[in-house]
Amino acid sequence: MNKLNKNAEDAIFDIEDGQTLMLGGFGLCGIPENCIAALVKKGTTNLTCISNNAGVDDFGIGLMLKQKQVKKMIASYVGENAEFERQLLSGELEVELIPQGTLATRCLAAGYGMPAIFTPAGVGTEVADGKETRIFNGKEYLLEAAFEADFALVKAWKGDKSGNLIYKDTARNFNPLMAMAAKITIVEVEELVEDGELDPNFIHTPGVYVHRIFQGINYEKRIEQRTVRKVD
Amino acid sequence: MALNKFQIAQRIAKELQDGFYVNLGIGIPTLVANYIPEGMNVVLQSENGLLGMGPFPIEGDEDADLINAGKQTITTLPGSSIFDSAMSFGMIRSGKINLTVLGAMEVSEKGDIANWKIPGKMVKGMGGAMDLVASAKNIIVAMMHTSPSGESKLLETCSLPLTGTRCVKKIVTDLAVIEITLTGFKLIERAPGVTADEIKSKTKANLIVEGNIPEIEI
Repeated sequence: MNKLNKNAEDAIFDIEDGQTLMLGGFGLCGIPENCIAALVKKGTTNLTCISNNAGVDDFGIGLMLKQKQVKKMIASYVGENAEFERQLLSGELEVELIPQGTLATRCLAAGYGMPAIFTPAGVGTEVADGKETRIFNGKEYLLEAAFEADFALVKAWKGDKSGNLIYKDTARNFNPLMAMAAKITIVEVEELVEDGELDPNFIHTPGVYVHRIFQGINYEKRIEQRTVRKVD
Repeated sequence: MALNKFQIAQRIAKELQDGFYVNLGIGIPTLVANYIPEGMNVVLQSENGLLGMGPFPIEGDEDADLINAGKQTITTLPGSSIFDSAMSFGMIRSGKINLTVLGAMEVSEKGDIANWKIPGKMVKGMGGAMDLVASAKNIIVAMMHTSPSGESKLLETCSLPLTGTRCVKKIVTDLAVIEITLTGFKLIERAPGVTADEIKSKTKANLIVEGNIPEIEI
């Protein structure tokens, strides 16, 4: 079983027009930079993208939006992207906005082999329109289906050749959830190591969920809001 | 005199208790972190997946991998923990977070809140707000009493798409501290020098005023 790929181009070779992708990251933190660059180069179109955010105008999923590669975006917050807003208001882009916890948990459900979840998020709002509800202990919940995705594009800090992954700091966010949730999971790592180098006690994503892994390069790791304090 | 945003945050900080796990939203709520009383142990949650959020890093120490839900660079503290976003909302949903403070565009006298969308104008998304308001036991809204054009943000019924229903417990504005009771908005405190009548006139719903209303102490 060889999960090792040479690079991003190699790993995403069979992503086709019209497929559904999950992309890890929160804002620009922990996004699969190499896979996004390769997709932009490949020019795959009509994609449905599931990701918490849609990048910024010139980075992250924003690069794919600019090339009109995205048909539909499923996200929870898209406030930092002017091109996104333009495409949405002009009707070029289909958008489904869903609560962040619902997005995370629909990934979790897929990875745990459960078809759906009940959540109170969105009850009494337009998010609940057309959805089945049920009362448990006097409180109303929405039925939300597990996601179905063709590929998950995931960014991890360290990974071994068996696909075991460790994430760093808040770059973890949606990455381990999406890693579990798609038919094929493609992972780029900052540091690819030999089996045995990672302590099994501290693995965040077990290799069983990972189909392809490659050593990422040239990480820009752009910061969206650089906030600092002065030394006292 | 009306409170400024720092004073609103300072007033909200009085609601904190030792041992509280707290989620602070973007904007004025974030400022509450600056007024946690000395010696009080309050753990801040950031819903992207962090408990124990520390202050902004010292210049040069920023790390792109360590941000809060507002995408700002931050730090961890001794005792911090990091987890994925599903667990983060798991602790919110299961009631482990003691207090949620968030901003709003409108709040109704029933405790409904609208803060995520202006149809045809602004489409940013709800982020984690819908999950937070659907599950948190104690929700305080921090906002200006009126919009920039002078319209009351406290209403009988929200006109904007809702984020959640019957969930807000208290509102701290630049003019007043208001509780949401079964019978509607109730004035608890007023900004120094601002009369109950003035607050009433700027609130587009019934405002219950009982007895002498004390001034907000900052």
